[in-house]
Amino acid sequence: MANVLVYAETRGSALRKVALEAVSAARSLADSTGGGEVHALVAGAAGVAAAAAQLGAHGADVVLTAESPALASFAREAIAATLAERARQGSYRAVVLGFSAQGRDLGPRVAAKLDAPIAADVVAIEAAGDALSVKHPGYANKVILTLAISGAPVVLSVRPGAFGATESPRSARTENVQLSADPGAERVTVKEVVEGAKGRPDLGEAEVIVAGGRGLKAAENFALVEALADAFGNAAVGATRAVTDDGWRPHSDQIGQTGRQVSPRLYVALGISGAIQHLAGMRTSGTIVAVNKDKDAPIFKVADYGIVGDVLEVLPALTAAVAAARSAGH
Amino acid sequence: MGVSTVKIAVCIKRTPDSESRFRIAASGATIDESGLKFDIDDFAGYAVEAALQINEKSGGGETVVLAVGPDTVQESLRKAMSMGADRAVQLKADAVPADGLAVARALAAELTSGGFDLVLFGKHAFDTSAGVVGTATAELLGLPCVTAVSQLDVANGRGSARRELEGAAELVEFPLPAVVTIDEGVARPRYPSLKGIMAAKKKPLETKPAQLGPVRVTVQKAELPPERAAGRIVGEGAAAVPELVRLLQTEAKVL
Repeated sequence: MANVLVYAETRGSALRKVALEAVSAARSLADSTGGGEVHALVAGAAGVAAAAAQLGAHGADVVLTAESPALASFAREAIAATLAERARQGSYRAVVLGFSAQGRDLGPRVAAKLDAPIAADVVAIEAAGDALSVKHPGYANKVILTLAISGAPVVLSVRPGAFGATESPRSARTENVQLSADPGAERVTVKEVVEGAKGRPDLGEAEVIVAGGRGLKAAENFALVEALADAFGNAAVGATRAVTDDGWRPHSDQIGQTGRQVSPRLYVALGISGAIQHLAGMRTSGTIVAVNKDKDAPIFKVADYGIVGDVLEVLPALTAAVAAARSAGH
Repeated sequence: MGVSTVKIAVCIKRTPDSESRFRIAASGATIDESGLKFDIDDFAGYAVEAALQINEKSGGGETVVLAVGPDTVQESLRKAMSMGADRAVQLKADAVPADGLAVARALAAELTSGGFDLVLFGKHAFDTSAGVVGTATAELLGLPCVTAVSQLDVANGRGSARRELEGAAELVEFPLPAVVTIDEGVARPRYPSLKGIMAAKKKPLETKPAQLGPVRVTVQKAELPPERAAGRIVGEGAAAVPELVRLLQTEAKVL
């Protein structure tokens, strides 16, 4: 029996979806190794204790809360130090984080502090006795690697969307913890956070993504893509590398091997030919729809449904039809 | 004091061309490398370019490239020197282990006495796509670390950077020495000039054993992901939209 420690990431004071997924993955790891406890650390400026119920609902037995006004911006050193210190004190089988911007940053810090082996961007975890193996897509999702990891604790970061946020309710006890380093004394200081598109979900968390490529012909035609995203209600907008390189969209919108790797329930590719670089970022999506004027475009090889045609002609009709279908369904 | 110069280490990895079609080797635990083209990893290439530009701007300093791996990495180290790096260090190992912490240990052992102001990495390498080594090396060296940086400036013993987040960016400042992992956007790597290629042949490339320590993460199995089943063309132009929406509702059930 061994416990699992989780970093439950927040944005503002709200838990991120990946935090619940990390707790769910930890719960299932603890259960498969004899039913240990899941301890989730949540850190923020204020009000983090409110997250306890949600973490408990997804399988956390103990919610460790750390509050400090200096945690309003990402205190990478203080959080890593606190996680490592906690991991040292308890007998943990694993420390689990999300493979998000924060988790990517924190995971290797914690591993190095603990001299613990680390596997990043994990999509499956298998534990049998002392043996632990994980699956991790390498080569930009083109090769699935099974990694054997020896030693304990191990640090695992889980790919957003790969583990569901599964309910496994219990009433979590809450415990305040002291930060192991002063978050006001970070050597890396955040001067400003530049927010991206307002009012849209993050590409990593969106159920629906509409993405545009060169076929849109001009930056201003992304207004049509935005309109389709609005018609879906809560869709994120992405773009190809060609489009972000040309400055039509910000770099952070790029989906592909060198950009974001996404797995929404529905991916709509608009005027995207389907270069390998782009496919590497979206081929694991649930349902893929493509609109492209070239019937031989590689995107049609991965798309479940395709329309051959000029995206600028198809888009307004598609937006109207999606809006109508959604309003009829409500 | 004039313009301050910086001594920069860039840790690079040699990876196969990302546009390749991969096959699994007979061992079942690695890719079949035959016929693949290898080069400096994309993100490491941006890091080399970023280092060269920083030193060109200050008109001094030094850029040293390091790589862990077998002798084949010498080709990548030479290429970095043909782009303009001053010298290279190979930390020799039969293979680059899948244990990122072991790689970090070997790099930290070499870097610790190097007197570097800045240590750059790619934000991750294409093959392992894990992004562990840079940050873990920083931690082992006790240095501040900024990850996934798309803009980088250094001046007067301090660095400032733009760090890419999900749908947002962080503007940060930090003291040198520091470790920075580089995202796309910093700088497009230059092509080596003929003069650069000639000069690189005479630049020092030192080889030492990699002090990896225990390797606790190993690849047990490598496999290709299942192919997506071929889809279908619903129709042409706006006329096909009603049928598409019907399929999304009734068949895919995503609308």
